[in-house]
Amino acid sequence: MYALIALPLFYLLLFKYVPMYGIVIAFKNYTASTGILGSEWVGLEHFERFFRSYEFGRILSNTLILSLYSLAAGFPFPILLALSLNDVKNRLFKNTVQMVSYAPYFISIVVMVGIILEMLEPRHGLVNNLIRLFGFEAVGFMNDPSYFKSIFVWSGIWQTVGFNCIIYMAALASVDPVLHEAAVVDGASKLRRMWHIDLPGIMPVAVILLILNTGTILDSGFEKVLLMQNPLNLSTSEVIDSYVYKVAFTSQVVNYSYSTAIGLFKSIIGLILLVAVNKIARRAGQSSLW
Amino acid sequence: MRPYTLAESRGDKLVSGINMLLLSIFLLVVLYPLVFIVSASFSDPLAVMSGKVWLLPVNPTLDGYEAVWKHNLIGRSFLNSIVYTVAGTAVNIVVTILAAYPLARRDFYGRQLLLFLFLFTMLFSGGLIPSYLLVKELGMLNTVWAIIIPGALGVWNMIVTRTYFQTTIPEELLEAAQLDGCTDFSFLWKIVLPLSGPIIAVIALFYGVAHWNQYFTALLFLHDRELYPLQIVLREILIQNQISPLMIADVTELSRRQALSELLKYSLIVVATLPLMLVFPFAQKHFIKGVMIGSLKG
Repeated sequence: MYALIALPLFYLLLFKYVPMYGIVIAFKNYTASTGILGSEWVGLEHFERFFRSYEFGRILSNTLILSLYSLAAGFPFPILLALSLNDVKNRLFKNTVQMVSYAPYFISIVVMVGIILEMLEPRHGLVNNLIRLFGFEAVGFMNDPSYFKSIFVWSGIWQTVGFNCIIYMAALASVDPVLHEAAVVDGASKLRRMWHIDLPGIMPVAVILLILNTGTILDSGFEKVLLMQNPLNLSTSEVIDSYVYKVAFTSQVVNYSYSTAIGLFKSIIGLILLVAVNKIARRAGQSSLW
Repeated sequence: MRPYTLAESRGDKLVSGINMLLLSIFLLVVLYPLVFIVSASFSDPLAVMSGKVWLLPVNPTLDGYEAVWKHNLIGRSFLNSIVYTVAGTAVNIVVTILAAYPLARRDFYGRQLLLFLFLFTMLFSGGLIPSYLLVKELGMLNTVWAIIIPGALGVWNMIVTRTYFQTTIPEELLEAAQLDGCTDFSFLWKIVLPLSGPIIAVIALFYGVAHWNQYFTALLFLHDRELYPLQIVLREILIQNQISPLMIADVTELSRRQALSELLKYSLIVVATLPLMLVFPFAQKHFIKGVMIGSLKG
């Protein structure tokens, strides 16, 4: 037994826990020549620098707004799709809709952003062709900061709604049909039965998913953000993670310690949010993670 | 399908009708962009540029695919991606099973503590820089290992596999095997693995898709163009718009050359997504199963 788990455990300690120790460089001035141990201790200097920097407010609000927007807009659609599909009696139609709705899930982030750029391209993109067809002016969506968050969130919903709905379909399938029969006998309409039977049936799953999503809320889609950024939309598209990446890897003055400090700040906020939401859910008598 | 037989009221029929209408609209919204991309990729470059393509290909050509085929980096990176995906997934499966099986055994002393060690990494992690520095210290930078080893285990997939083991391998089987003097390793090898076909398919799919679609680790760890996976090349062409004029040099007309480089993007999107779409009909069933097992106990 211990021999079996030795390899995964070694992996876990080396690639997950050693980097956790590496976080100490957030409190030091790390340079490659002095290494982690030998670098000078500076305490909370990097955190203070980040809190005081002029980007701080903008980056923090972009991160929070983008995360909350994704969470709030992305939450109801899979549930609605599941309720709606559950009501369809035509097998073929139901299976077709389901199949097609999963397909975008397989598209990679790079290709997805490529599609977004092509579709929204001002001169020959499909969306602007449609806009022109109705006699309006073409819009430079990607160059206008005010569109960034909506493009990010709604393209995400387009891509994942079908896949996210699977779990709700499973929950709906386990709702006892006797409840529906009884309600029909009592004269309950279809909408009433959805509201009073189907919806409570999937609530526990929905709450668990909501909590889990809150846990990852602050790193939602950083890889996609990075690809969708351009110099013109940075005012609304810079989030903590993309900033961490830039400070460490693409800026003129590479600063690993500063970057680590910002990343740590984000991890801690994320952890606090997760614990808080879990507590609220438990207070409210709903299912919780622990 | 609910087994009630009472006739639907008029209001219920109306609800069903509206529901079907909304679902049809949803179907169109999801399907139309996909159809458009495929159609555009087969169209004449100038027709795409002037917005003449709406639903079906206009003046069908294979120019876009020819440009993809002639591009010097795409073929190489396509092969790289296949290698990374196959090797990476193989490592993933071995490590995941080795972790999941002991953690699924009720008689494994210290299992709760170890499980906590695994789960904790889902809540908190060292972050980007410390992980990067570790890979650098290990001398993996700019090697294939940096792509495969640091992501050798996905904790979520491990939990799904563990749940599968706990729910499908009867404990009586283990007791019987132990009476016959079977070791833990040979029990795993001879009895658990042959029963685990479905779960291996599920996690292979989850890992495989993730490997194929991954660009960020490669962006972080690889600098050598020879090692680039497909997604990095896609990023250069689709997002950073770097298309070398050399590859379409045999087209003299400037406007046509520009149009062709746009067409190349559509064809490239199709080529890059095709491998996953081909496994998709088989994958669908397994994906659903994976999500369901995962939902048993999160």
